[in-house]
Amino acid sequence: MAIITVDHLRKTYGTRVAVKDVSFSVEEGEVFGIVGRNGAGKTTTVECVAGLRTPTSGTVTVDADLKEQVGVQLQECSLPDKIRVGEALELYASFYSRPADWRALAEEAGLDLRASFGKLSGGQRQRLSVALALVGNPRIAILDELTTGLDPRARRETWDMVTRIKDRGVTVLLVTHFMEEVERLCDRVAVISHGRVRAVDTPAGLAARADGEQRLVFHTDAPVDGLRALPEVTSVTVTGEGTGDGNGALVTVAGTSDVLSAVTAVLPPALMRDLRMERTTLDDAFLVLTGQEES
Amino acid sequence: MTKAFGKLAAVEARLFLREPVAVFFVVVLPLGLLLALGGTIPGFRDADPALGGQRYVDAPFTGMMILLSIVTLAFSTLPSALVLYRERGVLRRMSTTPVRPGSLLSAQLLVNVVAGVVATALTLTVGHLVLGVPLPGAPLAFVAVFVLGSVAMLALGLLLAAVAPNSRVVQGAGAALMFPLLFIAGMWLPPQLMPELLRRISDFTPTGAFGRSLVHTLGGQAPEPLHLAVLAVWALAAGLAAARLFRWQ
Repeated sequence: MAIITVDHLRKTYGTRVAVKDVSFSVEEGEVFGIVGRNGAGKTTTVECVAGLRTPTSGTVTVDADLKEQVGVQLQECSLPDKIRVGEALELYASFYSRPADWRALAEEAGLDLRASFGKLSGGQRQRLSVALALVGNPRIAILDELTTGLDPRARRETWDMVTRIKDRGVTVLLVTHFMEEVERLCDRVAVISHGRVRAVDTPAGLAARADGEQRLVFHTDAPVDGLRALPEVTSVTVTGEGTGDGNGALVTVAGTSDVLSAVTAVLPPALMRDLRMERTTLDDAFLVLTGQEES
Repeated sequence: MTKAFGKLAAVEARLFLREPVAVFFVVVLPLGLLLALGGTIPGFRDADPALGGQRYVDAPFTGMMILLSIVTLAFSTLPSALVLYRERGVLRRMSTTPVRPGSLLSAQLLVNVVAGVVATALTLTVGHLVLGVPLPGAPLAFVAVFVLGSVAMLALGLLLAAVAPNSRVVQGAGAALMFPLLFIAGMWLPPQLMPELLRRISDFTPTGAFGRSLVHTLGGQAPEPLHLAVLAVWALAAGLAAARLFRWQ
Protein backbone atom coordinates (compact mmCIF):
# COMPACT_ATOMS: atom_id res chain seq x y z
CA MET A 1 0.00 0.00 0.00
CA ALA A 2 1.48 3.28 -1.14
CA ILE A 3 1.93 5.98 1.49
CA ILE A 4 2.09 8.76 -1.14
CA THR A 5 0.18 8.66 -4.41
CA VAL A 6 0.47 11.44 -6.96
CA ASP A 7 -1.96 11.07 -9.84
CA HIS A 8 -1.85 13.26 -12.96
CA LEU A 9 -0.69 16.26 -10.97
CA ARG A 10 -0.74 19.54 -12.84
CA LYS A 11 0.22 22.93 -11.43
CA THR A 12 0.19 26.25 -13.23
CA TYR A 13 1.10 29.73 -12.03
CA GLY A 14 -0.87 32.10 -14.24
CA THR A 15 0.14 31.13 -17.74
CA ARG A 16 3.31 29.33 -16.69
CA VAL A 17 3.01 25.57 -16.40
CA ALA A 18 5.32 24.33 -13.64
CA VAL A 19 4.10 20.73 -13.61
CA LYS A 20 2.32 19.28 -16.65
CA ASP A 21 1.50 15.71 -15.74
CA VAL A 22 3.22 13.90 -12.89
CA SER A 23 2.19 10.55 -11.46
CA PHE A 24 4.09 8.25 -9.10
CA SER A 25 3.59 6.44 -5.86
CA VAL A 26 5.89 5.94 -2.90
CA GLU A 27 5.85 2.83 -0.74
CA GLU A 28 6.14 3.05 3.02
CA GLY A 29 9.74 2.88 4.23
CA GLU A 30 11.49 3.57 0.94
CA VAL A 31 13.71 6.46 -0.07
CA PHE A 32 12.11 7.81 -3.21
CA GLY A 33 14.06 10.26 -5.30
CA ILE A 34 12.74 12.94 -7.58
CA VAL A 35 15.40 14.01 -10.02
CA GLY A 36 15.43 16.50 -12.82
CA ARG A 37 17.14 19.63 -14.00
CA ASN A 38 16.53 23.03 -12.45
CA GLY A 39 13.05 24.23 -13.33
CA ALA A 40 11.81 20.74 -14.21
CA GLY A 41 9.01 20.96 -11.65
CA LYS A 42 10.56 18.92 -8.82
CA THR A 43 10.07 21.42 -6.05
CA THR A 44 6.52 22.29 -7.10
CA THR A 45 5.70 18.59 -7.08
CA VAL A 46 6.93 17.98 -3.53
CA GLU A 47 5.40 21.23 -2.31
CA CYS A 48 2.06 19.91 -3.54
CA VAL A 49 2.75 16.68 -1.63
CA ALA A 50 3.63 18.67 1.50
CA GLY A 51 0.38 20.62 1.24
CA LEU A 52 2.14 23.93 0.66
CA ARG A 53 0.56 24.31 -2.76
CA THR A 54 -2.79 23.27 -4.14
CA PRO A 55 -2.68 21.30 -7.41
CA THR A 56 -4.36 22.95 -10.39
CA SER A 57 -5.66 19.50 -11.31
CA GLY A 58 -4.91 15.89 -10.45
CA THR A 59 -4.73 14.45 -6.98
CA VAL A 60 -2.16 13.97 -4.26
CA THR A 61 -2.98 11.41 -1.59
CA VAL A 62 -0.81 11.13 1.49
CA ASP A 63 -1.66 8.41 3.97
CA ALA A 64 -0.49 10.38 6.99
CA ASP A 65 -1.41 13.54 8.90
CA LEU A 66 0.24 16.25 6.81
CA LYS A 67 1.03 18.53 9.72
CA GLU A 68 1.87 16.01 12.44
CA GLN A 69 3.45 13.16 10.50
CA VAL A 70 5.15 14.79 7.55
CA GLY A 71 8.45 16.53 8.24
CA VAL A 72 9.56 19.04 5.65
CA GLN A 73 12.95 20.47 4.80
CA LEU A 74 12.44 23.29 2.34
CA GLN A 75 14.83 24.89 -0.06
CA GLU A 76 15.76 28.44 0.91
CA CYS A 77 14.35 28.30 4.37
CA SER A 78 16.36 29.62 7.22
CA LEU A 79 16.00 30.89 10.76
CA PRO A 80 16.75 34.15 12.56
CA ASP A 81 20.54 34.57 12.99
CA LYS A 82 20.37 34.93 16.75
CA ILE A 83 18.38 31.78 17.49
CA ARG A 84 20.42 28.95 19.00
CA VAL A 85 20.36 25.40 17.70
CA GLY A 86 18.89 24.07 20.94
CA GLU A 87 16.21 26.75 21.05
CA ALA A 88 15.11 26.06 17.48
CA LEU A 89 14.91 22.30 18.05
CA GLU A 90 13.12 22.64 21.39
CA LEU A 91 10.70 25.15 19.87
CA TYR A 92 9.84 22.99 16.87
CA ALA A 93 9.57 19.92 19.13
CA SER A 94 6.90 21.78 21.14
CA PHE A 95 4.76 22.07 18.00
CA TYR A 96 4.12 18.31 17.81
CA SER A 97 2.09 16.01 20.01
CA ARG A 98 4.68 13.18 19.99
CA PRO A 99 8.03 14.82 19.32
CA ALA A 100 11.36 13.05 19.00
CA ASP A 101 14.15 13.59 21.55
CA TRP A 102 15.57 16.84 20.15
CA ARG A 103 18.80 16.59 22.11
CA ALA A 104 19.51 13.19 20.61
CA LEU A 105 18.74 14.54 17.15
CA ALA A 106 21.20 17.38 17.61
CA GLU A 107 23.85 14.98 18.80
CA GLU A 108 23.25 12.69 15.84
CA ALA A 109 23.54 15.66 13.51
CA GLY A 110 26.75 16.72 15.24
CA LEU A 111 25.34 20.10 16.22
CA ASP A 112 26.29 22.26 19.18
CA LEU A 113 23.08 23.20 20.99
CA ARG A 114 24.41 26.60 21.98
CA ALA A 115 25.61 27.70 18.54
CA SER A 116 23.70 30.57 16.92
CA PHE A 117 22.10 29.89 13.56
CA GLY A 118 23.95 32.83 12.01
CA LYS A 119 27.31 31.27 12.86
CA LEU A 120 26.61 27.81 11.43
CA SER A 121 28.33 26.56 8.28
CA GLY A 122 26.28 25.57 5.24
CA GLY A 123 26.54 21.90 6.16
CA GLN A 124 25.52 22.52 9.76
CA ARG A 125 22.52 24.55 8.62
CA GLN A 126 21.41 21.76 6.34
CA ARG A 127 21.80 19.19 9.09
CA LEU A 128 19.81 21.42 11.45
CA SER A 129 17.16 21.78 8.78
CA VAL A 130 16.97 18.00 8.43
CA ALA A 131 16.88 17.62 12.22
CA LEU A 132 13.98 20.11 12.36
CA ALA A 133 12.17 18.05 9.72
CA LEU A 134 12.57 15.00 11.97
CA VAL A 135 11.83 16.56 15.34
CA GLY A 136 8.11 15.76 15.12
CA ASN A 137 8.83 12.02 14.71
CA PRO A 138 7.38 11.99 11.18
CA ARG A 139 6.34 8.97 9.14
CA ILE A 140 7.37 10.81 5.99
CA ALA A 141 10.29 13.22 5.54
CA ILE A 142 10.37 15.48 2.50
CA LEU A 143 13.86 16.76 1.78
CA ASP A 144 14.34 19.32 -1.01
CA GLU A 145 17.84 19.77 -2.47
CA LEU A 146 19.43 19.08 0.85
CA THR A 147 23.04 18.93 -0.31
CA THR A 148 23.07 21.70 -2.91
CA GLY A 149 25.96 24.05 -2.23
CA LEU A 150 27.69 21.77 0.26
CA ASP A 151 31.30 20.67 0.00
CA PRO A 152 31.88 16.92 -0.54
CA ARG A 153 32.50 16.20 3.10
CA ALA A 154 29.43 18.05 4.36
CA ARG A 155 27.46 16.27 1.65
CA ARG A 156 28.60 12.87 2.89
CA GLU A 157 27.67 13.75 6.47
CA THR A 158 24.22 14.78 5.33
CA TRP A 159 23.85 11.54 3.38
CA ASP A 160 24.71 9.56 6.49
CA MET A 161 21.88 11.35 8.24
CA VAL A 162 19.43 10.34 5.52
CA THR A 163 20.59 6.73 5.73
CA ARG A 164 19.86 6.76 9.46
CA ILE A 165 16.39 8.20 8.82
CA LYS A 166 15.65 5.33 6.47
CA ASP A 167 16.90 2.81 9.02
CA ARG A 168 14.27 4.15 11.41
CA GLY A 169 11.56 3.22 8.94
CA VAL A 170 10.75 6.76 7.88
CA THR A 171 9.64 7.14 4.27
CA VAL A 172 11.81 9.72 2.53
CA LEU A 173 10.88 11.80 -0.49
CA LEU A 174 14.13 13.29 -1.72
CA VAL A 175 14.48 15.99 -4.37
CA THR A 176 17.89 16.23 -5.97
CA HIS A 177 19.81 16.81 -9.14
CA PHE A 178 22.89 14.85 -8.06
CA MET A 179 23.05 11.40 -9.57
CA GLU A 180 25.60 10.37 -6.97
CA GLU A 181 23.07 11.19 -4.29
CA VAL A 182 20.47 9.07 -6.06
CA GLU A 183 22.88 6.14 -6.33
CA ARG A 184 23.81 6.35 -2.68
CA LEU A 185 20.43 6.92 -1.12
CA CYS A 186 17.43 6.11 -3.26
CA ASP A 187 15.51 2.87 -3.58
CA ARG A 188 13.60 4.23 -6.54
CA VAL A 189 13.57 7.46 -8.51
CA ALA A 190 11.22 9.40 -10.73
CA VAL A 191 12.96 11.38 -13.44
CA ILE A 192 11.07 14.59 -14.17
CA SER A 193 11.68 16.74 -17.21
CA HIS A 194 9.62 19.67 -18.45
CA GLY A 195 6.90 18.96 -15.93
CA ARG A 196 6.47 15.30 -16.88
CA VAL A 197 7.70 11.99 -15.48
CA ARG A 198 10.12 10.40 -17.95
CA ALA A 199 10.83 7.27 -15.96
CA VAL A 200 10.27 5.66 -12.57
CA ASP A 201 12.80 2.98 -11.74
CA THR A 202 15.53 1.82 -9.40
CA PRO A 203 18.86 3.61 -9.89
CA ALA A 204 20.32 0.43 -11.40
CA GLY A 205 17.33 -0.02 -13.69
CA LEU A 206 17.65 3.57 -14.80
CA ALA A 207 21.32 3.19 -15.66
CA ALA A 208 20.53 0.03 -17.60
CA ARG A 209 18.10 1.93 -19.83
CA ALA A 210 20.90 3.92 -21.37
CA ASP A 211 23.11 0.87 -21.42
CA GLY A 212 24.27 -1.13 -24.39
CA GLU A 213 26.54 1.78 -25.13
CA GLN A 214 30.22 1.72 -24.27
CA ARG A 215 32.77 4.32 -25.11
CA LEU A 216 36.46 3.94 -25.94
CA VAL A 217 38.57 7.04 -25.66
CA PHE A 218 42.20 7.08 -26.89
CA HIS A 219 44.88 9.06 -28.70
CA THR A 220 46.22 7.78 -32.00
CA ASP A 221 48.07 8.89 -35.13
CA ALA A 222 46.58 6.04 -37.15
CA PRO A 223 43.62 6.63 -39.49
CA VAL A 224 40.34 5.70 -37.76
CA ASP A 225 37.76 6.19 -40.54
CA GLY A 226 37.71 2.44 -41.13
CA LEU A 227 36.22 1.93 -37.68
CA ARG A 228 32.92 3.46 -38.77
CA ALA A 229 32.24 0.44 -40.96
CA LEU A 230 32.24 -1.96 -38.01
CA PRO A 231 28.77 -3.20 -37.02
CA GLU A 232 29.63 -2.88 -33.32
CA VAL A 233 30.45 0.84 -33.70
CA THR A 234 27.71 3.44 -33.58
CA SER A 235 29.81 6.58 -33.83
CA VAL A 236 33.39 7.80 -34.14
CA THR A 237 34.30 11.28 -33.00
CA VAL A 238 37.72 12.78 -33.69
CA THR A 239 38.63 15.91 -31.76
CA GLY A 240 42.00 17.53 -32.43
CA GLU A 241 44.25 16.48 -35.30
CA GLY A 242 47.64 14.82 -34.99
CA THR A 243 49.52 18.04 -34.26
CA GLY A 244 52.95 16.53 -34.19
CA ASP A 245 53.33 17.09 -30.46
CA GLY A 246 53.23 13.34 -30.12
CA ASN A 247 49.72 13.17 -28.77
CA GLY A 248 47.84 12.44 -31.94
CA ALA A 249 44.11 12.93 -32.36
CA LEU A 250 41.70 12.28 -29.51
CA VAL A 251 39.24 9.65 -30.70
CA THR A 252 36.00 8.61 -29.04
CA VAL A 253 34.39 5.45 -30.35
CA ALA A 254 30.92 4.59 -29.11
CA GLY A 255 29.29 1.25 -29.71
CA THR A 256 27.78 -1.91 -28.26
CA SER A 257 29.26 -3.85 -25.37
CA ASP A 258 31.56 -5.67 -27.83
CA VAL A 259 33.07 -2.49 -29.20
CA LEU A 260 36.45 -3.00 -27.54
CA SER A 261 37.22 -6.37 -29.16
CA ALA A 262 35.86 -5.18 -32.49
CA VAL A 263 38.07 -2.10 -32.52
CA THR A 264 41.24 -3.86 -31.34
CA ALA A 265 40.78 -6.45 -34.09
CA VAL A 266 41.21 -3.67 -36.64
CA LEU A 267 43.43 -1.18 -34.85
CA PRO A 268 46.39 -2.72 -33.00
CA PRO A 269 46.43 -1.64 -29.36
CA ALA A 270 50.04 -0.58 -29.83
CA LEU A 271 48.79 2.35 -31.93
CA MET A 272 46.43 3.57 -29.21
CA ARG A 273 47.69 5.64 -26.31
CA ASP A 274 45.93 6.46 -23.05
CA LEU A 275 43.13 4.06 -23.87
CA ARG A 276 40.23 4.15 -21.45
CA MET A 277 36.75 2.66 -21.39
CA GLU A 278 33.74 4.61 -20.25
CA ARG A 279 30.68 2.80 -19.10
CA THR A 280 27.30 4.45 -19.12
CA THR A 281 26.43 5.78 -15.73
CA LEU A 282 23.37 7.14 -14.07
CA ASP A 283 24.54 10.53 -15.27
CA ASP A 284 24.31 9.36 -18.88
CA ALA A 285 20.90 7.84 -18.26
CA PHE A 286 19.78 11.11 -16.74
CA LEU A 287 21.03 13.08 -19.73
CA VAL A 288 19.35 10.69 -22.14
CA LEU A 289 16.05 10.86 -20.25
CA THR A 290 15.96 14.60 -19.74
CA GLY A 291 17.32 15.52 -23.16
CA GLN A 292 20.76 16.96 -23.67
CA GLU A 293 19.72 20.01 -25.67
CA GLU A 294 18.43 22.00 -22.72
CA SER A 295 21.09 22.75 -20.18
CA MET B 1 -0.89 24.32 21.33
CA THR B 2 -0.66 26.65 24.31
CA LYS B 3 2.66 25.06 25.20
CA ALA B 4 3.86 25.82 21.68
CA PHE B 5 2.68 29.42 21.95
CA GLY B 6 4.45 29.85 25.28
CA LYS B 7 7.69 28.54 23.79
CA LEU B 8 7.26 30.76 20.73
CA ALA B 9 6.74 33.85 22.85
CA ALA B 10 9.71 32.95 25.07
CA VAL B 11 12.00 32.46 22.06
CA GLU B 12 10.77 35.68 20.44
CA ALA B 13 11.41 37.54 23.69
CA ARG B 14 14.97 36.18 23.86
CA LEU B 15 15.57 37.11 20.23
CA PHE B 16 14.30 40.63 20.97
CA LEU B 17 16.69 40.98 23.92
CA ARG B 18 19.59 39.74 21.76
CA GLU B 19 19.17 42.71 19.40
CA PRO B 20 21.07 45.44 21.24
CA VAL B 21 19.90 48.07 18.73
CA ALA B 22 16.24 47.31 19.42
CA VAL B 23 16.69 47.38 23.18
CA PHE B 24 18.65 50.62 22.89
CA PHE B 25 16.10 52.53 20.83
CA VAL B 26 13.07 51.21 22.67
CA VAL B 27 14.24 51.34 26.30
CA VAL B 28 17.62 53.00 26.77
CA LEU B 29 17.30 55.98 24.41
CA PRO B 30 13.94 57.38 25.64
CA LEU B 31 14.88 56.91 29.28
CA GLY B 32 18.37 58.29 28.67
CA LEU B 33 17.03 61.36 26.85
CA LEU B 34 14.57 62.00 29.65
CA LEU B 35 17.30 61.84 32.28
CA ALA B 36 19.99 63.63 30.27
CA LEU B 37 17.91 66.50 28.92
CA GLY B 38 15.52 66.68 31.86
CA GLY B 39 18.44 66.64 34.27
CA THR B 40 20.75 69.11 32.52
CA ILE B 41 18.63 71.70 30.73
CA PRO B 42 17.39 74.00 33.50
CA GLY B 43 14.46 75.38 31.49
CA PHE B 44 13.02 71.88 31.24
CA ARG B 45 12.38 71.84 34.97
CA ASP B 46 10.82 75.30 35.28
CA ALA B 47 7.09 75.89 35.13
CA ASP B 48 6.42 77.16 31.60
CA PRO B 49 3.52 79.55 31.00
CA ALA B 50 3.47 78.55 27.32
CA LEU B 51 2.64 75.00 28.46
CA GLY B 52 -0.09 76.12 30.82
CA GLY B 53 2.29 76.30 33.77
CA GLN B 54 3.58 72.71 33.48
CA ARG B 55 7.26 71.86 33.56
CA TYR B 56 8.35 70.73 30.10
CA VAL B 57 10.00 67.62 31.57
CA ASP B 58 6.69 66.48 33.10
CA ALA B 59 3.82 65.53 30.84
CA PRO B 60 5.07 67.05 27.54
CA PHE B 61 8.55 65.52 27.44
CA THR B 62 7.74 62.29 29.28
CA GLY B 63 4.78 61.73 26.95
CA MET B 64 7.04 62.17 23.92
CA MET B 65 9.57 59.65 25.30
CA ILE B 66 6.81 57.08 25.77
CA LEU B 67 5.64 57.81 22.23
CA LEU B 68 9.23 57.32 20.99
CA SER B 69 9.37 53.81 22.52
CA ILE B 70 6.06 52.73 21.00
CA VAL B 71 6.74 54.26 17.59
CA THR B 72 10.16 52.56 17.45
CA LEU B 73 8.57 49.21 18.24
CA ALA B 74 5.78 49.68 15.73
CA PHE B 75 7.74 51.12 12.83
CA SER B 76 11.05 49.35 13.25
CA THR B 77 11.21 46.31 15.52
CA LEU B 78 7.91 44.63 14.65
CA PRO B 79 7.86 45.08 10.86
CA SER B 80 11.58 44.25 10.50
CA ALA B 81 11.12 40.98 12.36
CA LEU B 82 8.03 39.98 10.39
CA VAL B 83 9.52 40.82 7.00
CA LEU B 84 12.67 38.91 7.91
CA TYR B 85 10.56 35.90 8.86
CA ARG B 86 8.71 36.06 5.56
CA GLU B 87 11.94 36.62 3.61
CA ARG B 88 13.67 33.68 5.24
CA GLY B 89 10.73 31.35 4.77
CA VAL B 90 10.22 30.96 8.52
CA LEU B 91 6.48 31.57 8.21
CA ARG B 92 6.25 29.16 5.29
CA ARG B 93 8.26 26.53 7.14
CA MET B 94 5.97 26.88 10.12
CA SER B 95 2.91 26.33 7.96
CA THR B 96 4.09 22.71 7.45
CA THR B 97 3.88 22.05 11.20
CA PRO B 98 0.80 21.69 13.40
CA VAL B 99 1.31 25.31 14.53
CA ARG B 100 -0.17 27.98 12.30
CA PRO B 101 2.17 30.79 11.25
CA GLY B 102 -0.38 33.19 12.75
CA SER B 103 0.92 32.09 16.13
CA LEU B 104 4.31 33.56 15.32
CA LEU B 105 2.62 36.83 14.43
CA SER B 106 0.74 36.80 17.74
CA ALA B 107 3.91 35.98 19.66
CA GLN B 108 5.71 38.88 17.96
CA LEU B 109 2.87 41.26 18.82
CA LEU B 110 2.85 40.06 22.42
CA VAL B 111 6.61 40.59 22.78
CA ASN B 112 6.32 44.10 21.35
CA VAL B 113 3.40 44.99 23.61
CA VAL B 114 5.30 43.73 26.66
CA ALA B 115 8.41 45.68 25.60
CA GLY B 116 6.27 48.82 25.19
CA VAL B 117 4.71 48.37 28.63
CA VAL B 118 8.09 47.75 30.27
CA ALA B 119 9.69 50.77 28.56
CA THR B 120 6.75 52.98 29.58
CA ALA B 121 6.75 51.76 33.18
CA LEU B 122 10.51 52.36 33.41
CA THR B 123 10.24 55.85 31.93
CA LEU B 124 7.43 56.78 34.33
CA THR B 125 9.09 55.26 37.40
CA VAL B 126 12.61 56.54 36.84
CA GLY B 127 11.30 59.96 35.74
CA HIS B 128 9.23 60.12 38.90
CA LEU B 129 12.07 59.05 41.22
CA VAL B 130 14.88 61.07 39.65
CA LEU B 131 13.20 64.15 38.22
CA GLY B 132 10.01 64.25 40.25
CA VAL B 133 7.83 63.81 37.17
CA PRO B 134 4.30 63.25 38.52
CA LEU B 135 2.77 59.84 37.86
CA PRO B 136 -0.14 59.94 35.36
CA GLY B 137 -2.69 62.43 36.63
CA ALA B 138 -5.56 60.56 34.99
CA PRO B 139 -4.34 56.95 35.36
CA LEU B 140 -7.35 55.14 33.87
CA ALA B 141 -7.57 57.49 30.91
CA PHE B 142 -3.79 57.16 30.48
CA VAL B 143 -4.03 53.36 30.33
CA ALA B 144 -6.94 53.54 27.88
CA VAL B 145 -5.03 55.96 25.64
CA PHE B 146 -1.89 53.83 25.90
CA VAL B 147 -3.78 50.71 24.80
CA LEU B 148 -5.71 52.38 21.97
CA GLY B 149 -2.64 54.26 20.71
CA SER B 150 -0.40 51.17 20.88
CA VAL B 151 -2.97 49.17 18.92
CA ALA B 152 -3.09 51.89 16.25
CA MET B 153 0.72 52.08 16.04
CA LEU B 154 1.20 48.31 15.88
CA ALA B 155 -1.55 48.03 13.25
CA LEU B 156 0.38 50.56 11.15
CA GLY B 157 3.54 48.51 11.73
CA LEU B 158 1.75 45.38 10.51
CA LEU B 159 0.57 47.27 7.44
CA LEU B 160 4.15 48.33 6.76
CA ALA B 161 5.27 44.69 7.10
CA ALA B 162 2.47 43.64 4.75
CA VAL B 163 3.40 45.99 1.92
CA ALA B 164 7.21 46.03 2.22
CA PRO B 165 8.79 43.65 -0.29
CA ASN B 166 12.00 43.00 1.66
CA SER B 167 14.06 43.77 4.78
CA ARG B 168 15.93 46.68 3.24
CA VAL B 169 12.76 48.44 2.21
CA VAL B 170 11.02 47.87 5.52
CA GLN B 171 13.92 49.31 7.48
CA GLY B 172 14.33 52.30 5.19
CA ALA B 173 10.61 53.02 5.02
CA GLY B 174 10.22 52.59 8.77
CA ALA B 175 12.96 55.13 9.49
CA ALA B 176 11.69 57.50 6.81
CA LEU B 177 8.19 57.41 8.30
CA MET B 178 9.27 57.70 11.93
CA PHE B 179 10.86 61.11 11.71
CA PRO B 180 7.96 63.10 10.20
CA LEU B 181 5.53 61.17 12.40
CA LEU B 182 7.50 62.06 15.53
CA PHE B 183 7.89 65.66 14.41
CA ILE B 184 4.18 66.11 13.79
CA ALA B 185 3.49 64.62 17.22
CA GLY B 186 5.56 67.38 18.83
CA MET B 187 8.81 65.55 19.54
CA TRP B 188 10.92 68.61 18.74
CA LEU B 189 8.31 71.36 18.86
CA PRO B 190 5.43 71.15 21.36
CA PRO B 191 2.04 71.39 19.59
CA GLN B 192 1.23 74.52 21.61
CA LEU B 193 4.07 76.26 19.79
CA MET B 194 3.15 74.91 16.33
CA PRO B 195 1.46 77.13 13.74
CA GLU B 196 -2.29 76.60 13.66
CA LEU B 197 -2.26 74.68 10.36
CA LEU B 198 0.44 72.27 11.54
CA ARG B 199 -1.45 71.66 14.77
CA ARG B 200 -4.64 70.85 12.82
CA ILE B 201 -2.69 68.36 10.70
CA SER B 202 -1.17 66.89 13.85
CA ASP B 203 -4.68 66.32 15.25
CA PHE B 204 -5.42 63.87 12.44
CA THR B 205 -2.14 61.96 12.31
CA PRO B 206 -1.85 58.74 14.34
CA THR B 207 1.22 59.91 16.23
CA GLY B 208 -0.17 63.41 16.75
CA ALA B 209 -3.39 62.07 18.26
CA PHE B 210 -1.50 59.48 20.34
CA GLY B 211 1.23 61.82 21.57
CA ARG B 212 -1.18 64.59 22.53
CA SER B 213 -3.51 62.16 24.30
CA LEU B 214 -0.56 60.73 26.25
CA VAL B 215 0.51 64.24 27.28
CA HIS B 216 -3.06 65.20 28.23
CA THR B 217 -3.68 62.16 30.41
CA LEU B 218 -0.21 62.29 31.98
CA GLY B 219 -0.97 65.87 32.98
CA GLY B 220 -4.32 64.90 34.50
CA GLN B 221 -6.54 66.14 31.67
CA ALA B 222 -9.09 64.09 29.76
CA PRO B 223 -8.03 63.11 26.23
CA GLU B 224 -9.79 64.98 23.42
CA PRO B 225 -12.57 62.87 21.85
CA LEU B 226 -11.29 63.87 18.40
CA HIS B 227 -7.91 62.27 19.16
CA LEU B 228 -9.50 59.06 20.41
CA ALA B 229 -11.67 58.88 17.29
CA VAL B 230 -8.63 59.51 15.07
CA LEU B 231 -6.71 56.71 16.80
CA ALA B 232 -9.64 54.31 16.51
CA VAL B 233 -10.01 55.02 12.79
CA TRP B 234 -6.27 54.55 12.13
CA ALA B 235 -6.25 51.32 14.14
CA LEU B 236 -9.22 49.92 12.26
CA ALA B 237 -8.14 51.05 8.80
CA ALA B 238 -4.52 49.92 9.17
CA GLY B 239 -5.54 46.66 10.84
CA LEU B 240 -7.99 45.74 8.11
CA ALA B 241 -5.61 46.73 5.33
CA ALA B 242 -2.78 44.73 6.95
CA ALA B 243 -5.00 41.66 7.33
CA ARG B 244 -6.00 41.91 3.69
CA LEU B 245 -2.50 42.52 2.31
CA PHE B 246 -0.33 40.36 4.54
CA ARG B 247 1.44 37.56 2.70
CA TRP B 248 2.90 34.55 4.47
CA GLN B 249 5.50 33.92 1.77
